[in-house]
Amino acid sequence: MNTAVRRNWLLNGIAQVGECGLFFLEILIALPKSLRHSREICRQVWFVGAMSLVIVMTCGLFVGMVLALQLYYTLSIFGGTAALGTVVALSLFRELGPVVTALLFAGRAGTAVTAEIGLMRATDQIDAMEMMAVDPIAYVVAPRYLAGVIAMPLLMCLFNALGILGGHLVGVTWLGVDNGTFWGNMTSTVDLWKDIIDGVWKSLAFGAVVTLIAVYQGYNAPPTSEGVAYSTTRTVVFSAIVILAVDFVMTAFLT
Amino acid sequence: MSQVVQPIEAEPLVQVRDLHSRLGDKIIFDGLSLEVPRGSVTAIMGPSGTGKTTLLRHLTGQLHANSGRVRVDGEDVARLPRNALFALREKIGFLFQNSALLTDFNVFENVAFPLRQHTKLPEVLIRDIVLTKLQAVGLRGAANLMPSELSGGMARRVALARAIVFDPMLILYDEPFVGLDPIALNQVLRLIGTLNRTLGITSILVAHELAAVRRVADRVYLIANGKLVAQGSPDELAHQDSPWTRQFFGGEADGPVPFHYPAPDYASELGFAR
Repeated sequence: MNTAVRRNWLLNGIAQVGECGLFFLEILIALPKSLRHSREICRQVWFVGAMSLVIVMTCGLFVGMVLALQLYYTLSIFGGTAALGTVVALSLFRELGPVVTALLFAGRAGTAVTAEIGLMRATDQIDAMEMMAVDPIAYVVAPRYLAGVIAMPLLMCLFNALGILGGHLVGVTWLGVDNGTFWGNMTSTVDLWKDIIDGVWKSLAFGAVVTLIAVYQGYNAPPTSEGVAYSTTRTVVFSAIVILAVDFVMTAFLT
Repeated sequence: MSQVVQPIEAEPLVQVRDLHSRLGDKIIFDGLSLEVPRGSVTAIMGPSGTGKTTLLRHLTGQLHANSGRVRVDGEDVARLPRNALFALREKIGFLFQNSALLTDFNVFENVAFPLRQHTKLPEVLIRDIVLTKLQAVGLRGAANLMPSELSGGMARRVALARAIVFDPMLILYDEPFVGLDPIALNQVLRLIGTLNRTLGITSILVAHELAAVRRVADRVYLIANGKLVAQGSPDELAHQDSPWTRQFFGGEADGPVPFHYPAPDYASELGFAR
């Protein structure tokens, strides 16, 4: 019986990935129709993007500051503190920016989207739209999905900018790295295409999967309080796993 | 022109033929047939859990039956492609039990929602239509309130205004009287009657309140165990002498609908019998 339960669990997991893929296709099919709801898309970009600004920018600042402290210590062992600006920027652009922004986004915006759609389902609002001959995928799901994909890279850029500012504050203002060396080494080493744009690709991919998980969990949440709570938790858990897994695969291919 | 229209007019608006349906292992409908004539107010009654709401969902094509046919306005709902189904739904108003107002929008925007989604009417015209409908349910003054600021009765009236914004041919009311105080109940009853008489809108309502149903319905179908067990005008049913009507309208605790949920023998479960 134990193996049966385990196999069931495994099959259910695979079935859910499959359902999620089909749901993704439904969203893609509904996307052209949802472009008519431009007002709704703007509202959602504001909701998932602008409302996440405070947490993303604060965290970016602190991540940059910690990064500068740790790297200054490591670099000073080799007498290479002049490279501080370069290393901080590369770590942020290539890795920390996309990944940490995506994790924060899943916690801040992903959960909000799941809970909102789940509650719309539980209070019959999704059914009411169906009854008013409005496709809920085109009106509710697709705009939120699009908004997530648009907002994520923008948030990552701000995260990186604040991170570098934090690194500059600690490295130059506090630890006394030369200002010119900090910026000069950074700008001469960091490559627009290889470093910055690669980070943007990652961020776009994270935006696509995190928002897909969020809308899928919300749309299929059982219409009860526990159901919505459970789905919200799952959004965060699945997002975290998928972000780090996709990050590994993309890093392997991009470098 | 009337020669062409005549046969369709004579046909009942809603026809359910030999409907079989199951949810999981549970049989919901076991050969249900009923008809709703155009321009009538029909009540569907029955013990809780007999699938009255499920029946409404069959009528709108949200659920599909295992066998049997559901025809609305001459069209087989289950066979309609999505576009045609949506076109049909535009002609049907559905009043949800919990009103299902969109919580992001205020009252005005909620009522305007179907218009904005399906038409390109100028804003002035939308405003006029919405205010007319809100006036009809007595809530023109509440146009700027959010759904969270409404009482249950008000929310239901707003939902009703939204359901009639396209002047539908059919309105489905899912338990419209639940949780209303006597004043709100009377208001909703009056609205159902007015909509039916003045606009000729066919109405189907799922309800438990016999007194309320008596005042508004022309015809009552009593459903139990997936079948039609009685039908007739409310007064006929109230005086009919079948075990079903006696239990249901008399409110007896035990009868064809048992008081006890199916369970193993009581004594043996307590360990007294062998």
